[in-house]
Amino acid sequence: MTGYQSGLLVILCFNVIAAYAVYLPMAAGQLNLGVAGFMATGAYAAAYLTNEAGWPMGAAIPAGGACAGLLALLVAVPILRSQGIYLALATFALGQVIAAIFLNLDVVGGAAGYPVSAYAGPGAVFAATAAILAAMLLLSRTRFALYLTAIKSDPVVTDLMGVNVRAVQVGALTLGAVVGGLGGGLYAHHFSFVEAQHFNVALSIFTVLYVLLGGVQTVWGPLVGAAFFTLLPEMLRAGGGWRYVLFALLIIGVMALRPQGLVTAGARWPARLRGRIPGRPSAETGLSTEVSGS
Amino acid sequence: MTALLAIEHLSIAFGGLQVLQDLSFTVPKGQATALIGPNGAGKTTVFNLVSGVYRPTGGRILLAGQDITALPSRRRIRHGIARSFQNVRLMDHLSVVENLLVGQHATTRGLRDLLVPFRLVPNHRWRREAIDALAEAGLAAYADAGVGALPYGIRKRIDLVRATLAGASLLMLDEPAAGLNPTETNALRDHLALLRRRGVTLLVVEHDMQFVGEVCEHVVVLDFGQKLAEGTLAQVQRDERVRAAYLGQAA
Repeated sequence: MTGYQSGLLVILCFNVIAAYAVYLPMAAGQLNLGVAGFMATGAYAAAYLTNEAGWPMGAAIPAGGACAGLLALLVAVPILRSQGIYLALATFALGQVIAAIFLNLDVVGGAAGYPVSAYAGPGAVFAATAAILAAMLLLSRTRFALYLTAIKSDPVVTDLMGVNVRAVQVGALTLGAVVGGLGGGLYAHHFSFVEAQHFNVALSIFTVLYVLLGGVQTVWGPLVGAAFFTLLPEMLRAGGGWRYVLFALLIIGVMALRPQGLVTAGARWPARLRGRIPGRPSAETGLSTEVSGS
Repeated sequence: MTALLAIEHLSIAFGGLQVLQDLSFTVPKGQATALIGPNGAGKTTVFNLVSGVYRPTGGRILLAGQDITALPSRRRIRHGIARSFQNVRLMDHLSVVENLLVGQHATTRGLRDLLVPFRLVPNHRWRREAIDALAEAGLAAYADAGVGALPYGIRKRIDLVRATLAGASLLMLDEPAAGLNPTETNALRDHLALLRRRGVTLLVVEHDMQFVGEVCEHVVVLDFGQKLAEGTLAQVQRDERVRAAYLGQAA
């Protein structure tokens, strides 16, 4: 593998990890626009533990993930009181606040950035990404994943089925933050340097785009979306100056043709394609939260 | 006869609108009770109060003698209250069997059941139980279909099957026969008879009086949020006020 290829794959790995951090809450219908803040928390916490506490990388990076998760757990309860666009705004603000804190925190270098004294090579990044992907695939086969989708579909009915909707939502946001924190810690140790400016709004928003483009219906969506966003601009290099125009057109094309994302749930396709089940889809697909009637 | 569910002096108002006023009735254990009345009488509101979607402004709800008025809605299914929905509230992002797996939640325990990747196991017990319940209702063929693509009658029946999976002692059905064709209505009647034999108590909101007469031994009539009459269908049909408010116009 050339340096260019392995460098590209490493970037892909970081993007995939970030995408899963956004995916978990989004599977339950919660838009997290502050994922960069959780990644920064993991990055700085892991770097600090490596530098100042002399922890081995293998302990510092998971501890970075745990710190991000702890932070998410603390803010989840007040933040999840808001819904929809207000939740998105709250997570957006949180991401900004976290980045601003690290930017002004002299103990981790402030605006000058923070060098990290240990190095995680591409092999470690690949292995960690594979492990996170495997964990996500396992998680997707659990009741927890089922309840995330159920909550997105109809939180009132999910609650009446006995599911603790709030706890599942808090769990999804927290677990997503742990994944983001792991990615951040890994990032800090791969590039041996952390700076708060990296964890900006654009990072959060691009990560959300990976997930939306890949689709939230299945666990493969974030992987495909991140790969699309990371690899396609590279493949279009032959287009020279036009490559971002081409890329933008492809994104618009995908969004127009696959509004639910590149990867959609398979369950409803075979039946409809085989024409085994008569009838038309019902119009009742809204996310109403009232149980109507008299 | 012991009451499984007792509604005592229940009242609820939405803003200035008094939807239920001092409503009291009981649902005998092991029987099928119908809740009937004109549109807007407050029937679905009773369901929403018993399942905990709304909090009453006055009165109590007792299940097997225990006061559940303040119990959070999500806890009630574990106490034995399950319901279906008038407008069919299946989760459209999930397949039929996935909807039923959510309906099973009250029978699972703890974090381990939540996080075990059971869908890696072919034919896992949970999936098997869901498909068995579908098969009892004659719907096994739809197990892996997406619910969005299914016809209304099938969706309606699946909504009912989902409500049965929590092992509830009280099943509240909101217009289970509405929109069904005669064949589907017959299948529904057979399905309800099966549930009755298992000891499930039914509380049914229904406008189809023939269906009520065939399925329910006990009828409570509501009008404008108050109880108008109670008894067998034949008894309430003879009641002058009921005839005036409801059956008289329908006949």
